[in-house]
Amino acid sequence: MAAKAVITGVADTAVGKVEGSTSLGLQAEAAAAAVADAGLSLGDIDGVLCAYSFTEPHLMLSSVVSEFLGIMPSYSIAVQAGGATACAQVMQAAALVEAGICRHVLAVCGDNRLTGMSRDKAVAALSEVGHAQFERPYGISVPSAYALVAQRYMHDYGVTLEHLAGVAVAHRKHAMRNPKAQMRQPITLEDVAKSKPISTPLRLLDCCLISDGGAAVVVSAADAARDTRKRGIEVLGTGQMNTHEHIIASPSLTDFGCKQSSAQAFRRAGVTPADIDVAEIYDSFTITLLAELESIGFFARGEAGPAILGGALDLDGRLPCNTHGGLLSYAHSGAAGGMFHVVEAVRQLRGEAEGRQVVSPELAFVHGDGGILSAHCSLVLGRN
Amino acid sequence: MSKPLPQPNVVTQRFWSSCKDGRFEFQHCKTCGHSQFPPRLTCTACHGADLDWLPSSGRGTVYSFTVVHRAPLESFKADVPYVIAIVALEEGVRAMVNLRDVDPETVGIGMPIEVFFEPTEGEYPLPQARPR
Ligand SMILES: [Zn+2]
Repeated sequence: MAAKAVITGVADTAVGKVEGSTSLGLQAEAAAAAVADAGLSLGDIDGVLCAYSFTEPHLMLSSVVSEFLGIMPSYSIAVQAGGATACAQVMQAAALVEAGICRHVLAVCGDNRLTGMSRDKAVAALSEVGHAQFERPYGISVPSAYALVAQRYMHDYGVTLEHLAGVAVAHRKHAMRNPKAQMRQPITLEDVAKSKPISTPLRLLDCCLISDGGAAVVVSAADAARDTRKRGIEVLGTGQMNTHEHIIASPSLTDFGCKQSSAQAFRRAGVTPADIDVAEIYDSFTITLLAELESIGFFARGEAGPAILGGALDLDGRLPCNTHGGLLSYAHSGAAGGMFHVVEAVRQLRGEAEGRQVVSPELAFVHGDGGILSAHCSLVLGRN
Repeated sequence: MSKPLPQPNVVTQRFWSSCKDGRFEFQHCKTCGHSQFPPRLTCTACHGADLDWLPSSGRGTVYSFTVVHRAPLESFKADVPYVIAIVALEEGVRAMVNLRDVDPETVGIGMPIEVFFEPTEGEYPLPQARPR
């Protein structure tokens, strides 16, 4: 079997409200910084994997970004899997270098969703993921689709509003330790309960942010990684599962493909959920994370909520999770939102997470979810 | 800006035409017996192409629901708060509807409903549901 791919460079830009930013500019800034972090130059990049942009959409975004950067990669594609995109980019990059097709692959995302479009326009654009004939005529939005999951999940497993609020509070606690995070003022369970209702049972503080920001990683072949600057982080295992796109076609409202995608990644890495030292898991809504934690097997059904209220996701908890603050409190700028999770996992494994560092983690788990818990991609990363 | 309206295509034309006649129809696979909604070209269970259309009784229960306070489009803003539900029909298929003629505070999972057809600005009425 080929030697495992190695993440050799990571970077993210300033996040939140980045005045004057553009989608292409954020991608270029993140790309250059990730390449520099690896100790490489842009000319060393022979593969480029881009995502998508709301503010500067293009049929061939990967070519647009390469042209903007002034590079001519021998392999280039754009990946579109919603919130699973970043993990899917890393999975694809790892496959490319392990197959000997590329040596150094740049996976880059970025969008200026906060300053580049109105909040109304962002919400409307996202609602277009609903089924044109059988969902959109009913006024569906992404929060409403996740709310349908939340309501059923609460009904079946005894999850309470307080359990969901606990997820939001845990993320804010992490973000308060991260000087770059968009939202750093403390919040309480009561603040969540009193925030504006969006779509019951979800309130404003149950929902992810809308942000500007970019993020990128460099994935290198094992032999090529020897030329890079920092300790390499191995891509030990990857997995995907895709069960549906529209919530109306989901086989279940409580059991999702993250179960299979993570099982595949754990199996390929030869580890179990109990071996994981730090996790960075897609948290578009409070229910998203709670359902994923229980579907993946980090907690038994109905146990994540009480455990989180008891501090399970904190730095010294049972599963330190979303240590940068996540989509709920760090930032969420489209596909880059998922890439922030990858970047944070690498920083934790390298010991670069400063005031939010988990003590000597060896293994990290990263997970992205696209659509309405539709597309799932999981990564197990480890210290080289 | 008006609300998104059903735009029938070759796969869904039969469904929307039946709505005009006051019937909610779903697909039933003659090969394996699987029932499905929304309509597809082939059976999602056995991938066979021999599909029948069967009428639903229109009776079912609320499988999940949400009360929307933040409308995604300008055209829904006057409706808030409105209820979106996934209903499980007696025949074993699920559909999304708005629950009408109900106090949103009283909606719960398992609530018995019946489908009715609500006129739209377009040619086809929309299947909706209310408590029964
Ligand atoms: Zn069949």
